[in-house]
Amino acid sequence: MSIQLPIYMDYQATTPLDPRVLEEMLPYFNEKFGNAASRNHSYGWEAEKAVDIAREKLANVIGADPREIIFTSGATESDNMALKGVAEMYKSKGKHIVTSMIEHKAIIDSAKRLETWGYDVTYIEPPEDGITTAEMVEDAIREDTILVSIMAVNNEIGVINPIREIGQLCRSKGILFHTDGTQGYGKIPIDVNEDFIDLMSITAHKIYGPKGVGALYVRRRKPRVRLAALIDGGGHERGMRSGTLNVSGIVGFGKAAELCQQEMAEEAIRLSNMRDKFKATMMESLEEVHVNGHETKRIPGNLNLSFPYVEGESLIMGIKDVAVSSGSACTSASLEPSYVLKAMGRGDELAHSSIRFGFGRFTTQEEVDYVAEKLVDVVNRLREMSPLYEMVKEGIDLSTVEWAHH
Amino acid sequence: MAYSDKVVDHYNNPRNVGSLDKKDGSVGTGVVGAPECGDVMKLQVKVSEEGVIEDAKFKTFGCGSAIASSSLATEWLKGKTVDEAQEIKNTQIVEELNLPPVKIHCSVLAEDAIKAALNDYREKNGQPAVGDSRSAV
Repeated sequence: MSIQLPIYMDYQATTPLDPRVLEEMLPYFNEKFGNAASRNHSYGWEAEKAVDIAREKLANVIGADPREIIFTSGATESDNMALKGVAEMYKSKGKHIVTSMIEHKAIIDSAKRLETWGYDVTYIEPPEDGITTAEMVEDAIREDTILVSIMAVNNEIGVINPIREIGQLCRSKGILFHTDGTQGYGKIPIDVNEDFIDLMSITAHKIYGPKGVGALYVRRRKPRVRLAALIDGGGHERGMRSGTLNVSGIVGFGKAAELCQQEMAEEAIRLSNMRDKFKATMMESLEEVHVNGHETKRIPGNLNLSFPYVEGESLIMGIKDVAVSSGSACTSASLEPSYVLKAMGRGDELAHSSIRFGFGRFTTQEEVDYVAEKLVDVVNRLREMSPLYEMVKEGIDLSTVEWAHH
Repeated sequence: MAYSDKVVDHYNNPRNVGSLDKKDGSVGTGVVGAPECGDVMKLQVKVSEEGVIEDAKFKTFGCGSAIASSSLATEWLKGKTVDEAQEIKNTQIVEELNLPPVKIHCSVLAEDAIKAALNDYREKNGQPAVGDSRSAV
């Protein structure tokens, strides 16, 4: 079988739209163009009905009530809404929030904004496996804590946090629990009741749906969560998020969620097998390879590896037909190595040598084998060219060298 | 980020990768940069009795532009005298490789590696160092 280039292996960045999702969306761009808020005619009713069906499909995946799904423009907005909305609404109760240092920037930067508004935030520093435990959260909680926000699955390293234990802890203390479910929703089983989740951010484009549509799950009962709105206007979405609904996007989001629910178990096995074989090939064919994040507590479609003595961007250049993401300095505009890997104590050096491989619905075994073979060649070639590798081979301990920092 | 054709060419076909015997009195070694910063260059020159660079080798840990900058530097060093080599400027590397602004530091590092290697050679041969470029190893 011939391989089509380039090969997409960046499923944690975004996913292609599933053709079945596209098909479902198409009528809502032209013939069924109504505004879901139009109450006086069939165009509006048709749109509203489509939104309601999608809402139900989305809620089903996590055992929620459809009325608890608030549509947004994506997970970044949902994260902002959860943190700022809760902070504003519950400020008389307390002004302390707990999160972690390796959350998505949408959480970290929202928390930083809250600090400038007079709130206190504790950022938990995760250990080397990247997992934030309930014990760590418990240690960070104070008398005046109103919200804990810990992601279900980390976007860079793919590790799964014990959200059920964290949720249970928060519930027992009367503290609201928000989880950024962007990378976990539709990929691993999550149940808002069994996992004691009060708020959860999700987005369509990570589950083979369209970009530009997301949602925030907001618990209605026991406890009833109230939120101050970020966007005011026509009072859509129970007044929590005004703005005309993106009907076609929402229809696609619903279909994407439904497909994930139907295919989750099967897809998890297929992706795990593919990922594990890829990892085994790397480990057998190359001398030193590190897995970033916990070895087993990770979603099926993610593997984050460090290749010591080889710099990530040069590695990506060597596999230019493969779309992957690097934790290395030079790929981002900020020229900073991955803050996630740094916070995990990986050290800048390994952070510079890391690559995130994302496997998904349309990844084939042939593609994975092709990438594995190519990668081994490139790593070996670059190590032959690496002064660090040579020094280590000569028995020099790199940490004892006095490097000139610039 | 799109690389210039010249950077891609040096990355795919690096010139003069390798090592010279750093204990040899006619060899100057410059190791500059830091692993934490994402680039380390090792550049070596072998100088003839007449003061002409007859061989140059490099090894680089770094992005494609860093590899290309050091590869190009070895090409330029060969055949130059130590004094001529001292005059190589990072801006010439930027121009030759068409480096974008975010990659200028790669050329700066290459210039530093050249100067550190030349100073190492000078020190081995009882000559005063020029400037403050020094090899880490």
